[in-house]
Amino acid sequence: MKFGVVVFPGSNCDHDAYCAAEIMGQEAQFLWHESRDLQGSDVVILPGGFSYGDYLRTGAIARFAPILSSIKEFASRGGLVIGICNGFQILLEAGLLPGAMLRNRNLKFICRQVNIRVENAFTSFTNACSERQVLQVPIAHAEGNYFADPDTLIGLENSGQIVFRYCTPSGEITPEANPNGSLNNIAGIMSRKGNVLGMMPHPERACNPLLGSSDGRLIFASLIRAISLMGASKPELIKAR
Amino acid sequence: MKANIYVSPKKTVLDPQGATIRAALAGLGFGGVETVRQGKYFQILLSSNLTPAQAREQVERIAREVLTNPVIEEFTFQIEE
Repeated sequence: MKFGVVVFPGSNCDHDAYCAAEIMGQEAQFLWHESRDLQGSDVVILPGGFSYGDYLRTGAIARFAPILSSIKEFASRGGLVIGICNGFQILLEAGLLPGAMLRNRNLKFICRQVNIRVENAFTSFTNACSERQVLQVPIAHAEGNYFADPDTLIGLENSGQIVFRYCTPSGEITPEANPNGSLNNIAGIMSRKGNVLGMMPHPERACNPLLGSSDGRLIFASLIRAISLMGASKPELIKAR
Repeated sequence: MKANIYVSPKKTVLDPQGATIRAALAGLGFGGVETVRQGKYFQILLSSNLTPAQAREQVERIAREVLTNPVIEEFTFQIEE
């Protein structure tokens, strides 16, 4: 299967994402922001970085890039899209996910390893994790303080769209474990249809034990499994079994 | 024509930058400051070919569709002849 990694001017985790796909034994390709061609990608990754210098607001200019119109169309057909860090911010600005990002509560750029708990293991992004599994993955952002109005937040909670929350090493959701002030300790959410995920932590930077954790591989393994199951759900293949 | 556009965080949204500035002001002895909200200010120079009505319509769209994120921000604007 093919991972398509979008490259904006200012992306800086595009090569990490590409490398993570290769570590998982998959094909990867870069998708230039000015193109409208997703080149047959099975999964589109919007990587971390500072697209267009993060001028105006994080992700505010990137949402007008030509590649975004193709990604919206791909997502509307059920295509799998994952936005990591700046990619999450872009998905929010583009309206593919609800809510917005505020400056971190302490106003600092925070770069460190955090613990996140899998709140929903029945998704295309987490099916290789167990329910409530704690993953160690780094964050690196200044605007990761997730905000949504109360109705939106209740909607996300009730429909299982909150995929990851910041937690303690033992999996407790506490204010102290919340690095940036996100509402309800939210670290990652998905769309109602479940095919678009945004997360602030960087799974692509946690795919090699040399980097301190390889828990991020579970996210890629989940995607690989989801794509193979999509293929297996084709009627002719079911019959072949 | 010139447009002045002011973008500020909605009242229901926590503004950590404003809160930090308020705390700093209190530390400097400005005890009378109750709240600070930090926003953005844009100056846009418009072509003189536009009618005032066209200018208002364009500035309103620019402010709503590009300069603000309606989830967390609101705006006001004035147009100077």
